[in-house]
Amino acid sequence: MYLQPQNLNEALSMLQESNPKVIAGGTDVYPTLSAGHQLAKFLDVTRIHGFNEISSGDGVVRIGPAVTWSDILQVNLPPAFDALKQAAFEVGSVQIQNVGTIVGNVCNASPAADGVPPLLALDAQIELSSSERGTRILPLSKFIKGVRNTDRKPDELISAIIVKSAPPGMRSAFEKLGSRRYLVISIAMTAVNVLLDDDGLIANVRIAVGSCSAVAVRLHRLEKELQGKDPRDVSILKSHVASLSPLDDVRGTAVYRLAAVQEQIYRSLRRACDV
Amino acid sequence: MSKHSSGKANSKFLINGETRFANPFPGQRLSELLRENLGQRDVKIGCNAGDCGACTVLLDGAPVCACLVPAHRAIGQKIETVQGLHASDQFAARLKNSFLEHGASQCGVCTPGMIVSSVALLRRVPEPSEKQVKDALGGVLCRCTGYRKIIDAVMNLPSASTGSIGKVGDPIEHVDGMDKILANVKYGDDVAPEGCLEVLIIRSPFPRALFKLGDLSGFALSRGLSAVLTAADVKGENSFGVIPGFEDQPVFAEEETRYTGDAVAALIGPSEIIRTIDPTDAPISWIDLPAAQDINSAQLASAAQLHIGRNQNVMCTGFVKCGASDTALKKAHVTVEGHFQSGFVEHAYIEPEAGFAQVVNGRIEVHACTQAPVMDLEGLERVLGIDKSRIRVVPTAVGGGFGSKLDLSVQPYLAMAALKTGKPVRLCYTRTESMRSSTKRHPSDIVLKIGADKNGKISGFEFFGTFDTGAYASWGPTVANRVPVHASGPYQISDYTAKSKGVHTNNPPSGAFRGFGVPQSAIAQESLFDDLAEKLGQDPLEFRIINALENGTPTVCGQVFDQGVGIKACFQALRNVWAEERASAEKFNAQNKKQKRGVGVAGGWYGCGNTSLPNPSTIKSGIRADGTIVLHQGAMDIGQGANTVITQIFAEALGVEIDTIERIGSDTDLTPDAGKTSASRQTFVSGNAARLAGKALRHAILDRINVGEDAELVIGDGVVCAKDAAGEHLLALSSLEVDAEGFVLHSMESYDPPTKPLDQNGQGHPYAQFGYAAQLAVVEVDTILGTVKPIKFVAAHDVGKAINPMLVEGQVHGGIAQGLGMALMEEYIPGRTENFHDYLIPTIGDIPPIETIIIEEPDAHGPYGAKGLGEHVLVPTAPALLNAIKYATGIRMRKVPAIPSEVHAAIHGKATQ
Repeated sequence: MYLQPQNLNEALSMLQESNPKVIAGGTDVYPTLSAGHQLAKFLDVTRIHGFNEISSGDGVVRIGPAVTWSDILQVNLPPAFDALKQAAFEVGSVQIQNVGTIVGNVCNASPAADGVPPLLALDAQIELSSSERGTRILPLSKFIKGVRNTDRKPDELISAIIVKSAPPGMRSAFEKLGSRRYLVISIAMTAVNVLLDDDGLIANVRIAVGSCSAVAVRLHRLEKELQGKDPRDVSILKSHVASLSPLDDVRGTAVYRLAAVQEQIYRSLRRACDV
Repeated sequence: MSKHSSGKANSKFLINGETRFANPFPGQRLSELLRENLGQRDVKIGCNAGDCGACTVLLDGAPVCACLVPAHRAIGQKIETVQGLHASDQFAARLKNSFLEHGASQCGVCTPGMIVSSVALLRRVPEPSEKQVKDALGGVLCRCTGYRKIIDAVMNLPSASTGSIGKVGDPIEHVDGMDKILANVKYGDDVAPEGCLEVLIIRSPFPRALFKLGDLSGFALSRGLSAVLTAADVKGENSFGVIPGFEDQPVFAEEETRYTGDAVAALIGPSEIIRTIDPTDAPISWIDLPAAQDINSAQLASAAQLHIGRNQNVMCTGFVKCGASDTALKKAHVTVEGHFQSGFVEHAYIEPEAGFAQVVNGRIEVHACTQAPVMDLEGLERVLGIDKSRIRVVPTAVGGGFGSKLDLSVQPYLAMAALKTGKPVRLCYTRTESMRSSTKRHPSDIVLKIGADKNGKISGFEFFGTFDTGAYASWGPTVANRVPVHASGPYQISDYTAKSKGVHTNNPPSGAFRGFGVPQSAIAQESLFDDLAEKLGQDPLEFRIINALENGTPTVCGQVFDQGVGIKACFQALRNVWAEERASAEKFNAQNKKQKRGVGVAGGWYGCGNTSLPNPSTIKSGIRADGTIVLHQGAMDIGQGANTVITQIFAEALGVEIDTIERIGSDTDLTPDAGKTSASRQTFVSGNAARLAGKALRHAILDRINVGEDAELVIGDGVVCAKDAAGEHLLALSSLEVDAEGFVLHSMESYDPPTKPLDQNGQGHPYAQFGYAAQLAVVEVDTILGTVKPIKFVAAHDVGKAINPMLVEGQVHGGIAQGLGMALMEEYIPGRTENFHDYLIPTIGDIPPIETIIIEEPDAHGPYGAKGLGEHVLVPTAPALLNAIKYATGIRMRKVPAIPSEVHAAIHGKATQ
């Protein structure tokens, strides 16, 4: 059974009735299929009305569940979304960007999901819908609960990622580190959104780090500490990233990841501030 | 018509401008639907995970990996495959020509993905920059070309190729290039007829385990499968291998498995059932046993012995000694020493092992990708227990080999399955299965000490190398023999001891991989040469030149070449760029704190052909009554260009234009044995056989017409016309008798390189010729992040005579890309990096510009002076990069791959010391 509903209500009732595998781009679904375990039921969300749209109005940007990385790259968005765009450009390859979705990236809940740090730095929220309970909205930081683990209930679909408009003038940058160019899973990544005041000092900064803990996280303590600082004078210390808990794996050691993240924060902050 | 539906196929697909109908099953990948239900086998599958881009098609104009697109999603969307684009797209027409002119397609299996992705780019940006090309093609992996020629082709830069008559020395286009570019060639998984039974191999999930097979037949019956294969079905010997006396790998393990991936049984059935089988559901009980997964634990007395008679798991050893290394080291003015290590390297060809087999008139026919059809035939004869006259091996096109497709893989399973069921069967390894089960480059553990006198001449060299040969011998003995012969590098070393040892572990079998252990030993030797030069205060390049072999100086095996030694010329060719690049790096480093540039140089050599063993090739040719010239060319072209080079040599010897020659083969029923495609031997050995065959055919003609050696021949339309000073002389071919093969004139010639056995000290004539190489690498190291970015290579290669300079460049680029991968990113870890997102090979974004300098120091044995090249090209790459890192950072990396984490740790460690 390959279900291709045209509207959200239809999709939600199908979801409730037959417990299908939800599929959007497929870029995470297919590589994780194991031999001999064919899935019989799919719910394809890409034809649902409005799901492939990015809308902005009333100071809110809504990213639909079928919006691909390529869509994000092509649409006009404020500079606060630059980090998200830079992440989109770094996702896999053009082939992956053309079908992979941002919502799928969030739902897959990989510690190395490229979209999550920029969305955290945008204070993104997740809108979930179910046919019985209607709609609920929760912060992305609450939605992803662990490795491959989210708060989505079996009868729910994400119906949008919502970004309440960032302060005007907020800028952003993203840094990804891998062992090669293109098609690479991040060893570490950092997204920074920053607003400078009239004196060029940091008025508001949001720093999110991925691949260095089970779930990408914001570094709130560092963010506070940086407030009021001149971005040209900022140095990032070991203690600033001590809350992270990276693993040793084939891509790099924990010690290395922490050191790399320090430098990534430094570089992305300066790049976002254009200094 | 879909084979998956009982009713009418009613889903509408718009493919290449045509409306086609099919019924995909839920979740079926678009790639599979296109290939298996709609006949579009121009769509290639490399990984089924979006990691390689081979299956790229355009979906409503956007490039996508067809393996990640549910077929249902594509209903009503416009699907374009490479063949559809070639039929109608203006940019595909441009790419078709530029790919051919640049030699941008070697094995050709990535070419569809490259061209489809490029068309999408060119439709947006007709004249793209290099960066735009890289961004557009970053998702398509190529293992052969090193990408640079692909970049040039997509940018439509001028090419070096000529459409000339194809004389030796002409950079002509690949003779089989257009078929690859148009995706007309058929690879291992492209040849099976529709509806073929499939084979699924059940493999050990543990590095070492005892197992018991339950009622597999009952299981098969209950699941609707056709048959089962186990060790009990092996009618001949349940063992195969590539070196006589070392046939130790079972087709199916019995009782105990020796590595994760060892085959224990196979299931045969229709594809729609095979795809529902989880191998772990099969009734097999396993007892996981303690396994030795490194060379140290494998040699402990407590370790389980993998093979009877190989004490402490030592498979074999190698030894070369001349002079007295211990005395010389004591006498030396300075000495350096080091311990160097490298891990498993995966060949990572984009085409997984695949093929099909059928029984035809009582004979078994195996069609599969291979580098060694005749060895496959002999291996099959052994395991099938039938006479080789009843076996036919028909190699398909090979989507990359690099050494691993020398060994049997799918062939015995296919043959046994076809014989057991009496039906055609097919088998294509999954990417993970390919990576788990196939051979690897040997991990190495090398301790080396070298001394030098005050003047910088080497004084004493002691090398001890231990190689993890994995569960089975494969080409391990070859590595053990080759390494001590080559570990000196192309240098004059009069006091030398080199010992090697191959040790079995419960790891995948290590086998042949471009260089047979020499790239590993070169890392140790060339790194320490830099350290020696530094200690002596000498320039590293000049230090190498001082010590380089010359005509008339003995190698460490006591072999003296009185001609053809071109290493000094290779190094000398780098002098200018060495000075320029070092000056520019100094300037850069003075201005940059975090980024540091470095320049490194390294040399290498490689003996072409088997080590002191017979190694013949035979080439057959003939002329039909209508004047068609036929070349039976059995030397496997795995992308390196044997079809082109052998044909060029033959055409030159016969004295005709290359376009007049019809090629046949490879096919064990049709082509004589041209040996295996390995050891950089095809240009040299098969090239010589082709030269002799061409000459013999020429003489047969000249004798009949009774004209002199310098006559010009034109053959065609049933007539041979020989022109000389006296005028034109005609030979009507119809007047000659036609032989059983349809030839009126024919020739068959063999060539076997002259070598002499090595004595107990490894003294002798191991090879009739060596090829030589020197490479320079420039890198930029991010000293804070530990990332190493190569920014330039200059490669000087002594090829004796470049039969085809464009193909020489292609080999150099591809070898450097593999050497770069080995140095900076590639490590196969059993059970962990078994796919293309965890095992990283270089992408188009990782390979910087490469300048190739061709040195032609003719070799007396080579055809027209030519030497082999395939393996030479990656021998110096890794040490050149490591030396460049040392220059940039002061850090000597002694373990590869030097991934960012390791480089960072080394720099950080140094900073805190």
